[in-house]
Amino acid sequence: MKYIDEYRDKGLVRLFAEEIKKISTKHVKLMEVCGGHTMSIQKFGIPDLLPSTVELISGPGCPVCVTSRGYIDQAIAYCRLADVIIATYGDLIRVPGSTSSLEKERALGADIRIVYSVLDALIIARENRSKKVVFLGIGFETTAPGSAAAIIKASMAGLRNFYVYSAHKVMPPAMEALIDEGVQINGYLGPGHVSTITGEKIYYDIPKKYGLGVVISGFEPVDVMQSILMLVQQIESNQPKVEIQYTRVVKPEGNIKAQQMLEEVFEPRDDWWRGLGVLKDSGLKIRENYQTHDAEKMIEVVVEETIEPKGCICGPILKGIKKPKDCKLFGTVCTPSDPVGSCMVSNEGSCAAFYMYNR
Amino acid sequence: MKKNETILLGHGSGGKMTHDLIDQLFARYFDNPILRQQSDSAILDLGTGKLAFTTDSFVVDPVFFPGGNIGHLAVAGTVNDLAVSGAVPLYLSAGFILEEGFPMESLEIIVRSMAEEAKKAGISIVTGDTKVVNRGQCDKLFINTSGIGRLEPEYEHISSGINIRPGDKIIINGSIGDHGMAIMSARNELKITTKIESDCACLNHLISESIMGCRQIRFMRDATRGGLGTVVAEIVKGKSFGLKIDESKLQIRENVRGLCEMLGFDPLYVANEGKVVIVAGADEAGGLLKRMKQHPLGAEASIIGEITSDHQGIAWLETVIGGKRIIDMLSGNQLPRIC
Repeated sequence: MKYIDEYRDKGLVRLFAEEIKKISTKHVKLMEVCGGHTMSIQKFGIPDLLPSTVELISGPGCPVCVTSRGYIDQAIAYCRLADVIIATYGDLIRVPGSTSSLEKERALGADIRIVYSVLDALIIARENRSKKVVFLGIGFETTAPGSAAAIIKASMAGLRNFYVYSAHKVMPPAMEALIDEGVQINGYLGPGHVSTITGEKIYYDIPKKYGLGVVISGFEPVDVMQSILMLVQQIESNQPKVEIQYTRVVKPEGNIKAQQMLEEVFEPRDDWWRGLGVLKDSGLKIRENYQTHDAEKMIEVVVEETIEPKGCICGPILKGIKKPKDCKLFGTVCTPSDPVGSCMVSNEGSCAAFYMYNR
Repeated sequence: MKKNETILLGHGSGGKMTHDLIDQLFARYFDNPILRQQSDSAILDLGTGKLAFTTDSFVVDPVFFPGGNIGHLAVAGTVNDLAVSGAVPLYLSAGFILEEGFPMESLEIIVRSMAEEAKKAGISIVTGDTKVVNRGQCDKLFINTSGIGRLEPEYEHISSGINIRPGDKIIINGSIGDHGMAIMSARNELKITTKIESDCACLNHLISESIMGCRQIRFMRDATRGGLGTVVAEIVKGKSFGLKIDESKLQIRENVRGLCEMLGFDPLYVANEGKVVIVAGADEAGGLLKRMKQHPLGAEASIIGEITSDHQGIAWLETVIGGKRIIDMLSGNQLPRIC
């Protein structure tokens, strides 16, 4: 099939593997900061194909995983209101809150609907005028423009019962925070989908300030292998820079229209990340102009006290300093069907990917 | 059971949560030597010969989908559970739970398909039951079918898989993921125009014609909910052998793969309704494959893997690029109400 088979070619992957082996002399740790990469690397068994000098570590690239438990608790509080319908992407459904989850609330009667696009949430709002439809806006620069577009559309159409509860975040502050914290990283596999929207400029500080390379990578095995090779080449020749491997999708300037929508609807705010704490200007808050669609502003709710799970090391795992297997709960108390931490729930979480493919 | 626990959709996924529910509740209370086998059909010894007995309920949404309807499924599902146990399916029951207001015309189409499917499979629907509930108390209609079949002594070992050994080959009769993705594409919310047809079919003739004369059939199972991935994980669970699948040998139709990629589903865990996974001795696997290919439902059959002496208790995949990963049972719920 076009755009799949070509990028899963065993011969090509082997060529890249041989080339990496040939030129790699230094021991390097390369971090991916996109859940899609985490999944792809495990699903295709890529670590098996790399020389011992190249180690892949997973960073805070899964939006569900970095989101606070308090956010889930608040979403649960919304869903318990009789006049609220929650619309959400599927991977949030099973994330444990402090004492419940959206999945459990749905079983108890809450109206929670899984959507594949935020625009479906708009349709639900249109068809249920007497209800408040709260869309759980989660994700990085990839999904945030969708939420922005929906808010603009709702505002233009006078759809006053449509709200977004934003946990949207932006990626660069987290990439910098990891280096500032002293996590040993020699280069970043740049997130392909985020960069499709933002372009390459958001990473310029990373080679400049920290001397680390960023290669924006696609998601198929050939993409990932080529990106690893490009990073290793940068490291071996000591020439860190921002490069795009995923050129068939990512343009250097990104998607200008999406960037404008983001700017129109959202403004930066300090936000909390699991494992990293509060990072300056790392979250996206709905601007005052659009606050009639901001669930946080418009829907009052009492939220239970947040209880963090004991023994769960999602935080250090998201920083790449611990691996899922280092966690005592991994695979025993914490499994995908009965998850303790968010990293075990989302398909893109490190623990879920390790559990599924690499135990 | 934990206090205040409720039933979640994942309990019906056919994957790990379903297994846990069966082990921790149903099997605990109903425990007996026949149930303990936990095979597709219960094997009953009547003194004069052995019977295979099975039951299945159907709640698919939507009830009409490309390639079939809930009636086809209700017959094929139960016939297949009997056939993969090595039995010759004979008689079925059919129980209907109907929602007030369901169009009679639609019901007739469904019942007619059941009759046609039964005729093709060579079985009779000999008893039944009808209940009607208030509007909103079930979604359109649910069907339960139970079936019995005759089991010849030489096929008794098939349902338990006790004869599986390293070196055995894994065979499947064609592409995976068709049914699950047909249902997904038929659901309105996705607004997908691609036409993916369900593979829903009775497999008893394919099985009887191809296994006849093959003494080395070690095990069979139809890969329904939970997909091929869950079946191979079940085969090795707690066993002293491993199981390797060669990803490059798996057939996945282009539109199925495209939709899976788009939605983030792994085709290994997407449901089928006309696929049988066979474990067969290496010596006879080639001949078996040849015979299967002569049948329309086996034309695309292929050997996709083997039983290994290493990786004990683990099913694993050699990926298309030569990497390795494990294949576990489906956790949670990839898709609700697909059968």
